[in-house]
Amino acid sequence: MDYSQFGAMLPELIILGLFFVVFLADTFSKEGEKKWLTPFTTILFLLSTVAIWLIPASGETIFGGMYVDDTACKAMKAILNIGVFIVFLQAAEWTESDEMIVRKGEFYELILVTLFGMYLMISARHFLIFIIGLESASLPLAALVAFNKKHYESHEAAIKYILTAVFSSAILMAGLSYIYALSGGSLYFADIAKAVTEGTRSGLLIVGLAFLIAGIGFKLSLVPFHLWTADVYQGAPTAVTSYLSVVSKGAAAYAFFIIFVQVFGAVFSDLWEWMMYAVIILTITVGNLFAMRQKNMKRFMAFSSISQAGYIMLGVMAGNLGLASMMFYIFVYIVSNLGAFAVIAAIESKTGKVGMDDYDGLHKTNPWLSFVMTLAMFSLAGIPPFAGFFSKILIFTSVTASNSMALYMLVLVALINTIISLYYYLLVVKAIWIKPGEAKIERFDSTRCERVGLVICVLGIVFFGLVPYIYDYCYEAVKTAYGILI
Amino acid sequence: MGITLPILILAIPFTMFLVLGIGGVKMPRKVAGVIGILANATLLAICYTVAFRYFFSGDPQFINAEGVRQQLQVFDVTWLAFTERLVVNIGFLLDPICAMMLVVISTISFMVHLYSWGYMEHEPGFQRYYAFLALFTFSMLGLVVATNIFQMYIFWELVGVSSFLLIGFFYKLPSAVSASKKAFIVTRFADLGMLLGILVLTFYFPSFNFIDLTSNTGSVVASMGGASFLGASVLTWALVLIFTGGMGKSAMMPLHIWLPDAMEGPTPVSALIHAATMVVAGVYLVARMFPLYLCEESALQFITWVGAITAFYAAVVACCQIDIKRILAFSTISQIAFMMVSLGVARPDLHEGLGYMASMFHLFTHAMFKALLFLGAGALIHAVHSNNYTAMGGLRKYMPITHWTFLIGCLAIAGIWPFSGFFSKDEMLSAMFSLSPFWGYWMTMVAGLTAFYMFRMYFLVFWWEENPHYKDHKPHDAPWQMSVPLIILALVSCVAGFIPFGHFVTWNREAYNIHINPQVAATSLSVAIIAIAFAAWLYLKKNDKPAMMRQALPALWQAAHRRFYWDEIYLFITRKIIFGGICKGIAWFDRHVIDATMDAFASVTQYVSVKIKGMQSGSVQTYVIWYFLGALVLAAITWLCII
Repeated sequence: MDYSQFGAMLPELIILGLFFVVFLADTFSKEGEKKWLTPFTTILFLLSTVAIWLIPASGETIFGGMYVDDTACKAMKAILNIGVFIVFLQAAEWTESDEMIVRKGEFYELILVTLFGMYLMISARHFLIFIIGLESASLPLAALVAFNKKHYESHEAAIKYILTAVFSSAILMAGLSYIYALSGGSLYFADIAKAVTEGTRSGLLIVGLAFLIAGIGFKLSLVPFHLWTADVYQGAPTAVTSYLSVVSKGAAAYAFFIIFVQVFGAVFSDLWEWMMYAVIILTITVGNLFAMRQKNMKRFMAFSSISQAGYIMLGVMAGNLGLASMMFYIFVYIVSNLGAFAVIAAIESKTGKVGMDDYDGLHKTNPWLSFVMTLAMFSLAGIPPFAGFFSKILIFTSVTASNSMALYMLVLVALINTIISLYYYLLVVKAIWIKPGEAKIERFDSTRCERVGLVICVLGIVFFGLVPYIYDYCYEAVKTAYGILI
Repeated sequence: MGITLPILILAIPFTMFLVLGIGGVKMPRKVAGVIGILANATLLAICYTVAFRYFFSGDPQFINAEGVRQQLQVFDVTWLAFTERLVVNIGFLLDPICAMMLVVISTISFMVHLYSWGYMEHEPGFQRYYAFLALFTFSMLGLVVATNIFQMYIFWELVGVSSFLLIGFFYKLPSAVSASKKAFIVTRFADLGMLLGILVLTFYFPSFNFIDLTSNTGSVVASMGGASFLGASVLTWALVLIFTGGMGKSAMMPLHIWLPDAMEGPTPVSALIHAATMVVAGVYLVARMFPLYLCEESALQFITWVGAITAFYAAVVACCQIDIKRILAFSTISQIAFMMVSLGVARPDLHEGLGYMASMFHLFTHAMFKALLFLGAGALIHAVHSNNYTAMGGLRKYMPITHWTFLIGCLAIAGIWPFSGFFSKDEMLSAMFSLSPFWGYWMTMVAGLTAFYMFRMYFLVFWWEENPHYKDHKPHDAPWQMSVPLIILALVSCVAGFIPFGHFVTWNREAYNIHINPQVAATSLSVAIIAIAFAAWLYLKKNDKPAMMRQALPALWQAAHRRFYWDEIYLFITRKIIFGGICKGIAWFDRHVIDATMDAFASVTQYVSVKIKGMQSGSVQTYVIWYFLGALVLAAITWLCII
């Protein structure tokens, strides 16, 4: 075997290396001397992020076509890294709390392992690699969800998560086995694509596709595979929730795109276009309808993220142009959602309050947090001139670019849902700025790390809609890797 | 010419706007006033330098060997490129009318800045006032230096905004607020016409640039391909629509209604915006595109008619007003209409396009003496705290400086030799007589009316009878900041007529020698003197002749006093017909169909949201069942549909 091929896996190797460094440092440092671990990991991670941004993609396909390192994959990894970095910044204070101090190394290690898994999901061109990635991205997450040892909800959430995750893996495997049978015994994406193009539209394929959608849809929390989301988001520690809601979703969305558009692209219009059509409409609408009624901010964000996942999935309907818009959407979603979560996390860690009612009159005591929260809500709702507006516009235009009436209707439904989402996003803004009465949350100062995280999110929300740099970056990456064809 | 000075011309006032607008609150008012004035003095110096170099340096980039002044684009950068064709540039076009306007704007703006220091001294929001003045100066300068019609349109709207802000400066007065809204809405409505005109014009001709549009008018006409609409050529439509914008800004009938109300703003603002600079933007617009207007005789005729009717109407109304600022406002409308008529009658074959030169000349002299009159009126109002001449009378003894400068202004506007108005008015009248004696006599009559109403006001304010209120409150001349601008402008009004204006500004940018037409001069002079004598006979000393005249024709007096009911007509149309008729139906539709649909949408959403609550039961078994059923149903439905 040619070991030099591992050289093309540089992003994975960097993350793996970082994992080992953190793991060793954590293991061999004394109890009570772990104060430096947080800045150490965060700074190293920042360096690795910069490195992944800067290293050019080799464009090589290695291990006989099991793994690819192209510009689009690398761009996606870089975007995920930004999300993880912001999560680290948010989590910095939480990991310093008394019950966490002995275990904070584990937090970073688990996150890094899951990130490694996501990298594999993104770059996989063979279902075996994909499953390894998916599982190593899923299972440690259960441990992360259960991280608050003393909280009953955290345990409940972890149990619910692991049970559903295992079940979804089973469904996914079942689906894959049908695909395996169909392709005549190969799990390579290329072989399956060939078999699908040449083969018939058998029932096996349909069930396989439906199970694949269900399996990956679990990670994306698409409706009706989403029911775990709210309970898990609510129960998990907030840093983990924000990680789950953005980074994990981003990776799954990218993998979903690669699998469905590149492997099953041939049967798009006869088979899975309609499956996804239904799933997207359900996801956006049901997510919205539930989000309207939530009183707990984390549950609220859970349903909001379900609905957002529906918007992300619109990119799947639009070919490679959709991939560029989808990556940009994910980036914007990362900064907007993490902006909101940063505020929720800061307030929760200082006061323990997560109810939406607690946010009444927040601007009187914490104007800056209120400001960030408002921006994040505006961006998530897609109000110009914030980034969320442009990401929605771009993903809608990419979907309508194919000039199909059905897809126009899909965009129309999505647009109507944007109006509904405006309602509940503005509920938060209303609570913060308009509701009368004394503020329920007293004034406090955020930590330095939280502030850096908030500033990054605000910059992302305000500038990256107006400055097209990130979109151009995604567009160029996709164009170089796959070419833009509608 | 380097780009430093032109850029500074725009950058200085804009920077002042930002500095005073953002930092003004923190500044003592004296500091704000002083830096505003100093910045304006710098601006004045730069504008004078640029204009001086343009007219006198003899540099071949400004004037070629044949003595034709050049149109120079100092810079012209792409600002917004929407499509290949729709490209908006921002630039600086230097040509004779632009250089002249630079002089006018910077002079009057400086005078007003200085004057306001005294006039506005005790007003709250002093810093805000200076910030708005700077914004206006910036916008007006941007308008006159525009290289293309789109840039002009942008700055056109900006002057509209700054005018709105300044008219409504006393925002606690309901009358000022409604006047500012009225001004903005009326001019904005007119600008809609202008925008349509621009769209029509550039739909056919692929450039916004003024030089492209005006240097080879044949190609513009050719690009239209003889298209016509409702009996008039497309070019005529475009030009008339563009002129509509000018009608709004320059207060031509029937869009004049905002200008008299705009007098609610501070008086120096009226002098700057509503007498000397912004209101002549319409004249400037026509002058800027004059070669195109020459291609369409009917567009020029339209301008002539609108101008002639407006000039007469405004002059008649001005004879019956009580508020001295309103008199001046109507006088402004009348004089701008004069300029419009003069442009409308200009033809290259009649004294080498004399009307154009005369119009620009009058624009220049009028700016000076009308600013003088407004500032003088400001000094009067400052002294007696009322706008009405009934609160004045016999003021010549108390306010000598104001009296003499005001008299010079009145003589200038009445067209008495050797004051500046005589020369410009004489050229305009010659141009009108040369096209058709009818317009000549008509406008001579307007000139006579002008002399009459100006001296009516002059005598009623400074002679007539001393107002008894002076015993309690003795009026006196204004402080030096206000008197100095009055004296300077009065001096300019005395000598400006002797400027050989034809050497600087003509329609084809070649020198033209002004010569007084003795016949026209004699006629207009004698008409003016008779009108002044008549005014003196009526108003010099207190008597009951004016009251008797009023009683002889009560209906006419009342109608003229109420400005021939234009405002009532507008109110009737907007309130009764548009709001009461058309809008009611639309409002019903909005409330009962659109809103109801939205409400239904909302309540359905709420209802469904409540109904599906049970799906999220919290039990993981249910979740998995939903999950599995979801995957199966997805497969089953697809299967059923496909196979």
